[in-house]
Amino acid sequence: MKAAGLDVGSRTLKLVILNGNRIIWAAKSLSSFDQLGSVLNLLNGLEYDRITVTGYGRHLVSAHLGCSAISEIKAFAIGSKAIFPECGVVLDIGGQDTKVISLGEKNEIKKFEMNDKCAAGTGRFLEIMANALNYSLDEFAVAASSASKSEKINNMCTVFAESEVISLIAKGAKREEIALSIHEAIASRSVALLKRVELKGEILFAGGVALNRFLCNLIARELKRTVHVPADPQIVGAIGAAIHASGSEIFRVLWHDGKEVEVKAVHG
Amino acid sequence: MPDYRKIWLDLGLDLEAHDTLLSVLGKAYQDIFLTQNNRPEGMKYFDFVMSEVHGLRIQELVSAKSQGRKVVGSYCVFVPEELVLAVDGISVGLCAGAEFNFEAAEELLPRTICPLIKSAFGFKLGHVCPYIEVSDLVVGENTCDGKKKAYEILSSLVKDLYVIDLPQTKSEAAKMLLKSEYLRFCSKLEEITGVRITFDRLKNAIDLVNAKRKALKRLCELRKADPAPISGLDALLVNQVFFYDDPVRFTNSVNTLCDELEKRVKNGQGVFEKKTPRIVISGCPMAVPNWKVPFLVESTGAVVVGEESCVGERGARHLTDNRGTTVENLIDNIVDRYFKIDCAIFSPNPSRLEHIKEMVTQYNAQGVIHYALQFCEPYLIESGPFEKELERSSIPVLRLETGYSQEDAGQLKTRIEAFVERLKSR
Repeated sequence: MKAAGLDVGSRTLKLVILNGNRIIWAAKSLSSFDQLGSVLNLLNGLEYDRITVTGYGRHLVSAHLGCSAISEIKAFAIGSKAIFPECGVVLDIGGQDTKVISLGEKNEIKKFEMNDKCAAGTGRFLEIMANALNYSLDEFAVAASSASKSEKINNMCTVFAESEVISLIAKGAKREEIALSIHEAIASRSVALLKRVELKGEILFAGGVALNRFLCNLIARELKRTVHVPADPQIVGAIGAAIHASGSEIFRVLWHDGKEVEVKAVHG
Repeated sequence: MPDYRKIWLDLGLDLEAHDTLLSVLGKAYQDIFLTQNNRPEGMKYFDFVMSEVHGLRIQELVSAKSQGRKVVGSYCVFVPEELVLAVDGISVGLCAGAEFNFEAAEELLPRTICPLIKSAFGFKLGHVCPYIEVSDLVVGENTCDGKKKAYEILSSLVKDLYVIDLPQTKSEAAKMLLKSEYLRFCSKLEEITGVRITFDRLKNAIDLVNAKRKALKRLCELRKADPAPISGLDALLVNQVFFYDDPVRFTNSVNTLCDELEKRVKNGQGVFEKKTPRIVISGCPMAVPNWKVPFLVESTGAVVVGEESCVGERGARHLTDNRGTTVENLIDNIVDRYFKIDCAIFSPNPSRLEHIKEMVTQYNAQGVIHYALQFCEPYLIESGPFEKELERSSIPVLRLETGYSQEDAGQLKTRIEAFVERLKSR
């Protein structure tokens, strides 16, 4: 059976199709104001027997497709176990929110925490800050890693932090130092959220922000723990949704050629 | 609907703004309440009350005033209705449950103050709350710092604001303070009404309010059944109407509703399927029309079976002892009764946590949603240790902090859905 999982995120759409336990299709596209149109585009011409939708836009899309929907928390919990069975805690930083999920022995959700309702410390926050400093997202992480000192950013509200950044610029702080300060602020906020759950088992860091390897390092360092990052951290929720669509219990998911979905260890 | 415009104009309401408010309220009520399946017939009375909440009820109050009765408006369950009734007054809750006219409120108050206070100011400044306009006396109370300081500003906006001081601990000295404040309030009530509080008057008043509470307790008892015979939304509405309606009529209507629910329970009928995840909501009060969180919960496949809230059990679970031979005996009983309320302004406040645990057991709930209004420090601070302690006792907890706007409904829904998934996976 072909089971599809679609993660309708605030910034990115992610689609995974499983045939049995193999990923036979994985695709991404940017979300737009026409969410339904973007989804239909992504699904165009693809075959699958069942589909489950997750993510911020799940209700709109599931109503249109007439399919089931699960929360991002459940989708990331399932997807993380499917690619990394040792996983006990998931940190997911997406476009507009940050979640920490701790998993029980029977793979159940033991506890979850989410950031406040604003974009503080999320992917959108990174984008806005990179923009304020005139960096691309890649340059932003590289610049931060090259800085030798940082300033403390106190305010994690996107709007206020931007004005703090502007006053740092006005004080003559170096661009890369500000970049480092912002990364440190996000790392410490994520660690604080992580510490609100019991950190049992290995920690998997997923979601679009995990693409920022420098941030992965900072989080591992601040936690003094190894953090595991999937080679493609964005599709974990879509994998979880696809498993849900298949109707089976959690199983180990592999690529179509039988290779494992790569998860890298970042040591603290 | 009869034309209440003359009454509203006489009360000084801003008719245009008031029309807008009523149409938003009516639409919300339609979408949230009237779309529910399998509602008890007995809810029709409460639908009627809500459709007339700014109409018929206000007409009743105006006509009672013309016969010399006084209307006393308040914002808190620490203002004893027994005392108001003992001077033949009418006690009403004042509007503080909607995001209305916050811009004007923020000209007088900090932006970072709880929405309940902002709402009270928004309604007053926008001239859209007929209850505050019809009140002869507005009673404030020193609960949290936000309210305490805001009343200093509100006093210049209403004709007669009276503030009751409240203790912050449960010591003997604190109880003496409460007693002296209630005695001072008695004098104020006697002064504005010209009615002397006698033993018979006070005892009758106690019995009237106890009857209301007993009816609510009966409703609570019935909500313990699985399947739940009534939705959490409808039960919340009954708890909200408690603060507006004529006490005798309210009691009769709740009892009629309970007669029907008793039959439902006997026949195993409910509003949701058996085994629907059951949730207790604990925390800040939800004043009309604050239905956001219970609506999200019940549209996510769970049912709210109890409210540990001022608009709920915290406010109504204790009865006032009516035994005694003197007015002072009865006043002491009232002090005893109100002193038990476990509001988060008290430090420490252990009975609240015990009560939540009791409710979880009694209502056979699988989890607790802790509901805190934004910037409400007392409840936000209690939510941390409470969550730890409840989770330690294997009771799943979801902590929510939210205001009156609908903007975060999507985010709240994600959390609530995930929480319900968590309850189902246990």
